[in-house]
Amino acid sequence: MADLPWLTVLGIVPLVGAVLVTLVPAGREVLAKQIALLTSLVVLAGTVVMCAAFEPDGDRFQFVQAYDWIPAFGVQYAVGVDGIALVLVALIAVLVPVVVLSSWYEADPRAERLPAEVGASATTVAGSASAGSTSAAVTGAGATSTRVGGGTAVLDAPAPPPPASAGPPAKRSVKTFFALLLVLETMLIGVFAASDVFLFYVFFEAMLIPTYFLIGSYGGPRRSYAAMKFLLFSLVGGLLMLAAVIGLYVVSASQGEGTFAFEQLVGLEMSKGVEIALFSGFFIAFAIKAPLWPFHTWLPDAGAEAPVGGAVLLVGVLDKVGTFGFLRYCLPLFPEASRILGPYVIALCVIGILYGALVAMGQKDLKRLVSYTSVAHFGFIGLGIFAFTTQSQTGAVLYMVNHGLSTGALFLVVGFLIHRGGSRLIPDYSGVARSAPLLAGCFLLAGLSSLALPGLSTFVSEFLVLIGTYTRYPVAAVLAALGVILAALYILLTYQRTMQGELRMPAVVGGVMRDLKLREVMAVAPLLALMVFLGFYPTPLTDVINPAVEATMQDAGFTDPAPTQGDGAVVGSE
Amino acid sequence: MPLDIPSPEVAYGPISPMLLVFGAALLGVLVEAFAPAAKRRVLQIVVSALGLVGALVATALLAGTEELVFNDAIAVDGPTLFLQGTLAVLGLAGVFLLSEQSLDSSGGAVVSKAAVLPGSREDVALAEDTRIQTEVYPLALFSLGGMMLFPASNNLILMFIALEVLSLPLYLMAGLARRRRLLSQEAAVKYFLLGAFASAFFLYGVALLYGYAGSVDLGDVFDATGTAQSNEALLFVGLAMLAVGLLFKVGAVPFQAWTPDVYQGAPTPVTALMAACTKIAAFGALLRVLYVGFGRTEWDWRPMLWAVAILTMVIGAVLAVTQTDVKRMLAYSSVAHTGFILIGVIALSPDGLSGTLFYLLAYGFTTMASFAVVTLVRDASGEATHLAQWAGLGRKSPLVAGTFAFFLFALAGIPLTSGFMAKFAVFSAGVDEGATALVVVGVVTSAVTAFFYARVVVLMFFTDAPADGGPTVAVPSGFTAATIALGLAVTVVLGVLPQPVLDLAERASQFAS
Repeated sequence: MADLPWLTVLGIVPLVGAVLVTLVPAGREVLAKQIALLTSLVVLAGTVVMCAAFEPDGDRFQFVQAYDWIPAFGVQYAVGVDGIALVLVALIAVLVPVVVLSSWYEADPRAERLPAEVGASATTVAGSASAGSTSAAVTGAGATSTRVGGGTAVLDAPAPPPPASAGPPAKRSVKTFFALLLVLETMLIGVFAASDVFLFYVFFEAMLIPTYFLIGSYGGPRRSYAAMKFLLFSLVGGLLMLAAVIGLYVVSASQGEGTFAFEQLVGLEMSKGVEIALFSGFFIAFAIKAPLWPFHTWLPDAGAEAPVGGAVLLVGVLDKVGTFGFLRYCLPLFPEASRILGPYVIALCVIGILYGALVAMGQKDLKRLVSYTSVAHFGFIGLGIFAFTTQSQTGAVLYMVNHGLSTGALFLVVGFLIHRGGSRLIPDYSGVARSAPLLAGCFLLAGLSSLALPGLSTFVSEFLVLIGTYTRYPVAAVLAALGVILAALYILLTYQRTMQGELRMPAVVGGVMRDLKLREVMAVAPLLALMVFLGFYPTPLTDVINPAVEATMQDAGFTDPAPTQGDGAVVGSE
Repeated sequence: MPLDIPSPEVAYGPISPMLLVFGAALLGVLVEAFAPAAKRRVLQIVVSALGLVGALVATALLAGTEELVFNDAIAVDGPTLFLQGTLAVLGLAGVFLLSEQSLDSSGGAVVSKAAVLPGSREDVALAEDTRIQTEVYPLALFSLGGMMLFPASNNLILMFIALEVLSLPLYLMAGLARRRRLLSQEAAVKYFLLGAFASAFFLYGVALLYGYAGSVDLGDVFDATGTAQSNEALLFVGLAMLAVGLLFKVGAVPFQAWTPDVYQGAPTPVTALMAACTKIAAFGALLRVLYVGFGRTEWDWRPMLWAVAILTMVIGAVLAVTQTDVKRMLAYSSVAHTGFILIGVIALSPDGLSGTLFYLLAYGFTTMASFAVVTLVRDASGEATHLAQWAGLGRKSPLVAGTFAFFLFALAGIPLTSGFMAKFAVFSAGVDEGATALVVVGVVTSAVTAFFYARVVVLMFFTDAPADGGPTVAVPSGFTAATIALGLAVTVVLGVLPQPVLDLAERASQFAS
């Protein structure tokens, strides 16, 4: 079983799915969605089997494959996962089916449009039809509009559509949306699985393109601004990293054969100046991606404008590439530079935690709020990584997974709410819990997880990060702990304002808000269940993560400060 | 000293690629003179295609040759053959674009009488005139022949002749656009005047170098740089003037001023030919001059080229941001790319040479195909090149817009496209040879170029079409479709599996001397 090229197979399956989705004949959008869902479930099943076959006490990198790809550059197609990469691949595999399910009507112009947009898109459809467009779904629009009034819809809007409001997105291809999601899944698996720096870079940059189209084509009103900002921030970081990647290759070539293979690059001798320069190239790219304060400004825009499914993948997984990069590349490849610059990074992280939390409290826009909470959370992850203790780094990796689950769930629930209310603004909602208790409950649970309530999975990781950090940087840990309090404020205040009190809805809903439907519950339930499960029983994850973190610490030559009250292994052996 | 001119020994074999192209060009002239008008177009296409395919086959058969022929005037070696093969394929693609007849309502992108006063009644009538200009085929072939000779010239006088042979037909062809005649004529005049200046600089440089070395043979110049007694001023001034001529042709700053106007005014198929092929030929010649003739005096020219490369990257990228016309934007982007390629030239190493060769090939195909896509987007008055008109194209024609977006991402150097591999090749060669600062500038300007490429993508995919519906995407015949498909295939294959071509470039990276 372990002989199968798991990672390659898992990477190719979504790609094949994406091709199939695009090949679906026009007008059969439902089939396209089914294929997408099936593909993502196949990947999930494969990942589960792969995780079962992973031996925590075995080699550091498992499921390894290496073939020459571009010998002229010394580049290999080399994949393999350690415990850290494995849990992140698993996170992707869990989130993509959830996203597919929750986006079932995301890109669909017909079935579940927001009332305000129905009229507009209808006029757009009519306009393009009269302009002689032969676009496929136009023909279907008339037929399905009857279904809107029937079973599936949430619309209570009167039959004649209201006049068009300004600037709704015109009809977008449903197939393309799901194909892009699947392509993104391939790239994300690739970026975590790569054990060749060049290959990593290829995926790191290439994954921008599907994300760019997801935000730009399917996002909110300011989507093209947000997409452009996302792309430019990421590209600037990526290109600086390219310079550093080339520099790394040249340094390795000066000491023998030039290579990009991660394991051969670890422990490379270089002068301090070169090391700091190369570290900075990698660090800035990852700090933009993660995003650390002050490189974070693209995230609130991208997170707010992206379609909900895109936002879940963007914040849940794609941004983890940054923190993963810190741990996998910055620390082991440039230990000296990490040691010198680490305290400054810690400072950035602490600022990020407090700043993210404070700004989140001031947000009126629900999606921006969730985005800013992520800035704070990424500060915690960065803190854990650069505190250089086994506990804090184990906590940071756990945090990556848990943040993916909790923020993913939060984005989904917020998306459901916005979908119903037609507004992203907090003041537009009040007393939702009366009308939609299930939705409110899910929101509360996801929110409590986001503020790290004991018993939920994020608590374990936040606690580990804080005590791990305390042993080396007590002041930073104390300041960061303030962030926990602030998190309680922004989550509970938002819950109070939107879910409790008098029932008051944006006018378009007409005073009634439907509760979650089965499809939506199915999308969000697995995440909530995992949060609770991992909150009580994180051992399966820590067992896998711990050896990888220890290996990373060893590569980078860090040792836990003594004396400590315990070490990371305690968590693993519970 | 008695004048001793040895009669050269004619080696037909090694120069057969050029002979075939020039032969096809001459045959084209005869076709023009003797064939009936109705049959000329087909005959010209056949003759051109046969000549170029023959040249490609000949370069393939010659692979591995490394010798100097015609009294050392022509070097048939790896870089020559690599570039000649590339030029043959791209030339064929360019001829295909010229042969396209289903896009313009009156058939063909080229006007039948170029000398008519723009704006006159006769000129207005010409736009709808269905007569076809077929002299453009031999003109293109002569130009391509000159381009093939340019990087092969091991002798500065021959290089000058090649420069003129490649340039003169291009000056003419730039003025042949069927639509927007005034712009086209302006482009032709501008190109001619500036090109003539550049040629004069080149020739003056050759004269000074002759004074320095006592020979116009690059090998002799190289030998002369090893001796101390010669007059160094002649060397420096001569090299500088030579460089002006060559840098003009590659479109490097500060000699780039013609690029946007000429790219915009010329008929788009001619622009495609010019953008892809002239750059390849001129860089080939620049490489040969610097590597073969002045490899020993690198410390004299490297600082100058550093400055030129930095200026070229920065100015090309920054000015491209302000453009509102897609052809002008691609022109400035070509300036920026000239700067990137110069990094490979400056590296002055086998890696730098092979990286540059690879870059030229990758860039040539992507650019040719990008301009081919530009010919497809049309409104009533011809090509719709204003960027605002491209809004919403992604929904009107996802295939065409998607293809163009892919080319733009390739030009921006996103991984899994040829552009990334090419950039990686020259950048790593640059860092390897200590040009780290240059590479950092290259990386930063790459980010700037990404901005304007991405802006076009935003327009095509994320913006709604203008209220009047905007331009339509014309359905091309097989000629343009084949060119685009070829460009797409090369861009993908070189982005995913570049190793065979990298090998080829590496094997070719040895100048005969």
